[in-house]
Amino acid sequence: MTVRAALATLCLALVLGAAGATRPAQAERLIVSVSNQRVTVTPNYSGGELVLFGSVEKDATTPADRSEYDLVVTVSGPPADMVTRRKERKFGIWINTDYRQFLKVPTYLALFANRPFDAIASPEVQRRQQLGLNNVLLTQRVGPDYADVVPNDAFRSAFVRLRSERGLYREATSAVTFLTPTLFRTGIPLPAEVPIGKYDIEIKLFSAGNLVTQTETSFEIVKVGFEQFVATSARRDGLIYGLVTAFMALMTGWMASIVFRKD
Amino acid sequence: MAVFGYAGRRAFGLRFPKKPCPGSGFGQPQGSFPKQTRVQIFLPIADIPVNIFLILAMGAAVGFVSGMFGIGGGFLMTPLLIFIGVTPAVAVASVASHIAASSFSGAIFYWRRRAIDPLLAVVLLSGGVIGTALGVETFTLMRALGQLDLMIALSYVVLLTAVGGLMFWEGVRAILRARRGIPATMRRPGSHGWIHGLPLKIRFKRSKIYLSVIPVIVVGIIIGFIGAVMGIGGGFILVPIMIYLLRVPTSTVIGTSMVLTLVTMVFATLLHAVTNHLVDAVLALILMVGGVTGAQFGARFGQKIRGEHLRLLLGLLILSVGIRFAIELGIKPDDLFTIRETGGAG
Repeated sequence: MTVRAALATLCLALVLGAAGATRPAQAERLIVSVSNQRVTVTPNYSGGELVLFGSVEKDATTPADRSEYDLVVTVSGPPADMVTRRKERKFGIWINTDYRQFLKVPTYLALFANRPFDAIASPEVQRRQQLGLNNVLLTQRVGPDYADVVPNDAFRSAFVRLRSERGLYREATSAVTFLTPTLFRTGIPLPAEVPIGKYDIEIKLFSAGNLVTQTETSFEIVKVGFEQFVATSARRDGLIYGLVTAFMALMTGWMASIVFRKD
Repeated sequence: MAVFGYAGRRAFGLRFPKKPCPGSGFGQPQGSFPKQTRVQIFLPIADIPVNIFLILAMGAAVGFVSGMFGIGGGFLMTPLLIFIGVTPAVAVASVASHIAASSFSGAIFYWRRRAIDPLLAVVLLSGGVIGTALGVETFTLMRALGQLDLMIALSYVVLLTAVGGLMFWEGVRAILRARRGIPATMRRPGSHGWIHGLPLKIRFKRSKIYLSVIPVIVVGIIIGFIGAVMGIGGGFILVPIMIYLLRVPTSTVIGTSMVLTLVTMVFATLLHAVTNHLVDAVLALILMVGGVTGAQFGARFGQKIRGEHLRLLLGLLILSVGIRFAIELGIKPDDLFTIRETGGAG
C-alpha cells in the first residue's frame, strides 16, 4: 500500500511538474474585453468602430526588469474561398486569363500594433507569429499543392491591395495605445460592407522581441433588416424567391396597365 | 434631317444620364463608392448602396425609350446597371424580371387591341423556353469559368453593332427613298424566300400568314438563349426577324413578340434565382416602377414619330451601346486584378 501510495504521489508530482513546466514563461496574463460582443448591422449602416480594452497582469514570477511591452492585435473575420483573376491583353481586348484560388482566407483582416512590427520583433519572429499583412498566412492552391507564397507575389499583393481598398484588410502599427504601461486599448474599424459572422481576435504580448503570452477573444457581426432578409432568402429558397420576384413583376406590370389605362 | 437630329439628341440624353460612375465598369465593384447625402438604399444581392432616385430615373428613362420603340429595353438597362457598378451577372439576372414587368403591361395593352396572334405566340414560346434554359445553363458555366463578364460584353458588341448597324442603314435607305418620292416597299411581292419552302406549314389566322413552324421555333430558341445570357428581352432583334424573315404583319408583330418576351423573361427570372441566386428583387422592383411609368409616356411619344425615323433612331441607339462595349473591351482596365468569393463564408 505504501509503495503504491508513493508511486501515485510520484506520478502526481510528475504530472504536476510537467504541467508546471509549460507555464513558467507565462509570468504575465492578458485580460481583454471588446466593447460589444454582438454587433448588429442595419442596412443603412455606414461603418463603425469597436473598441478593445485590456491590461497586462503581472505576477510574482515576472522579471523585475521587464516593463516595456509590445502588443499585436489580429482580428480575422469569417473565412471564405476567393478567386483572384488577372486580365491580359489578348487579340486586342482585355480578358481574364490567369487566376489563383485563395482557400479559407479571412474575409476581414486587421492587424494592429503599438509600433512598427520591425521594432517589435525580428523578421524571423514576425514570420513565425504572422505579424503584418506580409506575414499572415493566406493559403493558395498552386496546382495540387496548398501553400502561401512570397509577399511580393503578384496575385497575393493584388489580393491584399483590393481587400485593403475596400477597408476589409488593414494594418495599423500605431493603433494600439498604452494608456498606462500595462493598460492598453485599440479601435477596430468596421466598414459598411463588413461580412457577417464570427470574428476572432488574437492578442499577442511581446517583450524585448519575444512572445511573452497571448490570448484570444471574439465578437459576432449580425445583419438585420429587410435587405438581409432578402439576401438570405435568395440564397436559401431560390425557387420561392424567384416565384415571388416573378409574381411581383407581373403585378407591377398589371397595375401599370390599370393605372395608365386611358382608352 | 433636323427632325431626327433633335430626336437623336433626345435619345442620347436619355442614354447617358449624369451619374456617379466608378472607374471600371466591369468586374467586381471594388472601389469605394462616393458617399451621397441623398436617399441611399442597399441592394441586397448586388451588395452595393445606390441612390434610389438614380435607379428610378434610369428605369423611367429606359422605360420611355422602350415604350417609344415598342421594345423591352433590356439592352439599355443591363449596360446602364453595369456602368453604375452592378456586376454584369447581377445586372443580367435582375433585368430579366424588370423586362417581365414592362412586357406584361405591354402585352395587356396589345391584347385589348387584339394585336396578338395567340397561335404564333405559342409556337414561338415552345422554342423560347428551350432557349432560355440553355441560356441560363451557359450563363452558369461561364460564371464558373470566370469568363461571364467577357461573354456578356462580347455578345453585346457583336449583336448590338450588327443589329444596330443594319437597322440604321435600313432607316437611312427608307428615308432616302421617301425623299426621292419612291414608295417604300417593305414587302416585295413574289419574293418568297427559302423559309417559305419549309414543311410543317400552319395557318396563323390573326396574322394572316401561312408559315412553317420550324423557323418560328428556331427564332424562339435563339431569342430565349440570348435573352437569358445577355439580360435582354430580345424584342429589338425579334421584331425585325419577324417582319423581314417571317413576314409577320406589323399589326400583330409587336404584341406577339411581347408575349414571347414576357414568358421567356419570367422563366429566366426563375432559373436565375434558382441556379445562380443573382436576382436582386429590390433593384428589380425599383426598375419596374420607373420602367412601366416611363413606358406609358414613351408609347405616346413614339406614335408621333414616323416609322422610318423611329427605326433610324433605334438603330443608332443600339449601335452606340454596342460601340460603348467595344471601346470598354479595348481600354486597359484600371485594375487588372479582380476578386470573387467562391463560397465558404459563414
